[in-house]
Amino acid sequence: MDPVYYIYLATVLFSIGAVGVLVRRNAIIVFMSVELMLNAANLVFVAFARMNGNLDGQTVAFFVMVVAAAEVVVGLAIIVQVFRTRQSASIDEPNLLKY
Amino acid sequence: MTIDGELVVFIICGGLTVIGALGMVLSRKAVHSALFIAMVMINLAILYVANSAPFLGMVQIIVYTGAVMMLFLFVLMVVGVDSSDSLIETIRGQRLFGILFGVALAVLLAGGIGTALTDKGDVGLDAANEEFGGNVEGIANLIFSDYLFAFQATAALLITAGLGAVILTHREAWKPKVTQKELSVARFMVGAGHPGNKPNPGVYARHNAVNTPAILPDGSLALDSVPEPVRSRDDSLIIDHRVVSTVVELVEGEDQN
Amino acid sequence: MTVMPAEGLFSLMWLLIALPLAGAAILLFTGRRSNSWGPYLGVMTVCASAVLGVLLLIEMMGLPTEERAITQVAYQWVFVGNFTVDLAFQLDQLSMVFILLITIVGSLIHIYSLGYMSHDPDKRKFFGYLNLFVAAMLLLVMANNYLLLYVGWEGVGLASYLLIGFWQHKATAAAAAKKAFIINRIGDVGLSLAIMLMFVTFGSVTFSDVFGSATQASEGTLTAIGLLLLLAAAGKSAQFPLQAWLLDAMEGPTPVSALIHAATMVTAGVYLIARSNVIYNNAEWAAMAVIVVALITIFMGAIIGSAKDDIKKALAGSTMSQIGYMMLAVGLGPIGYVFAIFHLVTHGVFKAGLFLGAGSVMHGMDDNVNMRRYGALRSVMVITFITFMAGYLAIIGIPPFSGFWSKDEIIHAAFERGWFIGGAAVLAAGITGFYMTRMVAMTFFGKKRWESDVHPHESPAVMTIPLIILGLGSTFLGMALLFWGDIESWLEPVVGYESEPTPLPTSAYIGITLTFVIAGAIIGWISYARREVPVDAPSGNWLTRAARRDLYGDAVNHALVVAPTNYAARALVWCDARAIDGFVNGSAAVVGGLSGRLRRTQSGFIRSYALSMVGGAVLVLLALLLVRI
Repeated sequence: MDPVYYIYLATVLFSIGAVGVLVRRNAIIVFMSVELMLNAANLVFVAFARMNGNLDGQTVAFFVMVVAAAEVVVGLAIIVQVFRTRQSASIDEPNLLKY
Repeated sequence: MTIDGELVVFIICGGLTVIGALGMVLSRKAVHSALFIAMVMINLAILYVANSAPFLGMVQIIVYTGAVMMLFLFVLMVVGVDSSDSLIETIRGQRLFGILFGVALAVLLAGGIGTALTDKGDVGLDAANEEFGGNVEGIANLIFSDYLFAFQATAALLITAGLGAVILTHREAWKPKVTQKELSVARFMVGAGHPGNKPNPGVYARHNAVNTPAILPDGSLALDSVPEPVRSRDDSLIIDHRVVSTVVELVEGEDQN
Repeated sequence: MTVMPAEGLFSLMWLLIALPLAGAAILLFTGRRSNSWGPYLGVMTVCASAVLGVLLLIEMMGLPTEERAITQVAYQWVFVGNFTVDLAFQLDQLSMVFILLITIVGSLIHIYSLGYMSHDPDKRKFFGYLNLFVAAMLLLVMANNYLLLYVGWEGVGLASYLLIGFWQHKATAAAAAKKAFIINRIGDVGLSLAIMLMFVTFGSVTFSDVFGSATQASEGTLTAIGLLLLLAAAGKSAQFPLQAWLLDAMEGPTPVSALIHAATMVTAGVYLIARSNVIYNNAEWAAMAVIVVALITIFMGAIIGSAKDDIKKALAGSTMSQIGYMMLAVGLGPIGYVFAIFHLVTHGVFKAGLFLGAGSVMHGMDDNVNMRRYGALRSVMVITFITFMAGYLAIIGIPPFSGFWSKDEIIHAAFERGWFIGGAAVLAAGITGFYMTRMVAMTFFGKKRWESDVHPHESPAVMTIPLIILGLGSTFLGMALLFWGDIESWLEPVVGYESEPTPLPTSAYIGITLTFVIAGAIIGWISYARREVPVDAPSGNWLTRAARRDLYGDAVNHALVVAPTNYAARALVWCDARAIDGFVNGSAAVVGGLSGRLRRTQSGFIRSYALSMVGGAVLVLLALLLVRI
């Protein structure tokens, strides 16, 4: 099977994640969409590692996972804090930095 | 006819992944979205294994699904499990353009990548995996030699992230913390209520309902003895049994007469 | 004519300019401290220059004719590449004549001003400006190159402005000063362009270089230079079409009118053309233009002078006309140059005498200038009357007074050229007789028409002594210069002298001229001495009304220059306010409006920003893919 199909799958996942970021209003679901996009990128790396025949892609995917974990930690902490003060988890809530 | 096993795995797991992704984006309840994305991640782990990346697949399940998504669920609990989005879109044109751009993104990426990679070929990772005696060893070799600096940097990043979370969620104590001693003292102050246990609802020979209040030594009703849900629903449910007994006697007396 | 370096007494020639200049500097910079002794210092400096001038003349008369041009270089001024101009003076016969005229008449007028301006609180400034004028005029006539001449030219223009507007508080005086300066400036443009043209053609502006190589330039270039110099001379000498300022210049004090606007500054134009005789000799059309301008001005001045009731304005019209005669003479070429200078000198003396006499009359009549309020003053102001009559007889050209000798030579030279020019000159001489007789009759003869509180009296000695000296000059100077001084051969080396035959003998022309003059005088006498002179001016015929309005000179200037300039200025202001400001403000408004629209995209919603990011990513991908295709 042509490993390119994995790339197509990752493309579709990435787009779905992007649409999720744009369309959903709950902050946590937006965050989950971002996670989905990161996972799609990981899939691309792994597929390329297989196509190129070396493990560099897998290493990078590993690092992506680490970074995603760190990012989730900080991001969720922020959401929790915002929720404590505003009692709302809507991503449209912090809109004061405007004209 | 040899069926390409990998193709089967791809179709099933890939299909489930897409369904999961769509489900995540389209569910109304946040918890459902979390479960859907967990499904996506597990399927992705299977696909990683299919691509000769067993280590990465296991790490995906353990770290990503097991830790990160659980963290998501904990935060969902803080925020409100049953919180759901309203379906009305407040920003004009957001939904339309969002979907439009998403589709455009997918088409362009697929088209571009497709034309670039038509004859890429598939080298396979057998040789790379054998080089150091296994997939884990091979990745370890790369991490600790070529990507050492990135490794150290991500380590620092993790520490920083942890510290950041602690600091971000720190709650400033605006009032002095109330100690147990102070709580006990407050309990025994005059007018503070019952120092001891609250009275049970009255259980008598003729009435053993929850809505029968106990009687205090001075003859008054102890409304506190009626459980909160009953009390808050309707005051007429609370029955003073003495009144009931007197009424019953009167009625029975009449019946006898 | 070779140019000699300055030796002996001639090495002091720079003092001629330095003394009045130092006087001006001291008077103007010491301020009120020199109020008491300032005027006397002013008089002393000019008298010292006059004495030095006479000494230099005696020295020069002792030199042989070919060696009478002496140069002294004071300072190397401009040296740029091949172009050098020095601050250098040239003393030759022509400049000697002018130096004597300027310093001697100047000293007499300075002495006169001691009396005339004795009551004026600003008299120190007056003497400072007068000294400045004398210094600048001397610089003009002593320069050995056109650029230094231009410096002197501008200097006299400046001094004229300061002196006309001396009584600054009078709005009319200030306006007159401005008018004089601006009209002069238009003439100055001609001089600057001529200098530039000379530099381009000859590579130098020194007199000796320009005149030496004049014949090598094309006639077209020389004509252009000649016409530009004519423009400059017309501005300075109040010739048509730049004559409008001279009558208004009478707003200044009378000594100013005498010195500047009769004897010296207005003759600078004649000096310029006489000095540039080599150019005019080689450019026929330019010389013809000079003659045309001169003829127009002679008649303009005479007609205007005939209708003015203001004694100073009538004398100003007369000045305009007489300078027209001088310009006519220089326009005629080598047959007329010497007579132009001769008439310039005699006119300087008798016109200064006439102006100072008018000043004396005004002083006695409480500063009233209206001749209709004069009358029968001859018995009250005897010395003024006698000296004024001397000047009158000189100007109309009665022998043996000085004006006769010079003006008749000019008329003779005019007839040498042709009947038309000669006839015009004779006719103008007749009109001169008319208006001068009118002036004398209205002022000194007839019945008293004085106002009730006016008590005319003779002027003090400090004013009458210069009058007497100038009166003697008006009487004898003509004969002295012609016979004893032999002015024609004196000036000939510088300007050249030719003579052409005429159909009739000289005495015939003298007779014709005298006939016209006496006829004009008789008409004037009958109209103004025999008949009653009404105190309020009668309306008169169309010529009188036109002459009272300066032959509509001001109206023409206003329509041709002032009104279009005003209109242009207003149009530019409108353009600036609407178009340019509109453009600038409009572009600012556009930017403001644009930014107002643009800022609305910053809605504060994270999802909107994310949408624009994704949109941007899509565009980038599109671009990348299109490039590959």
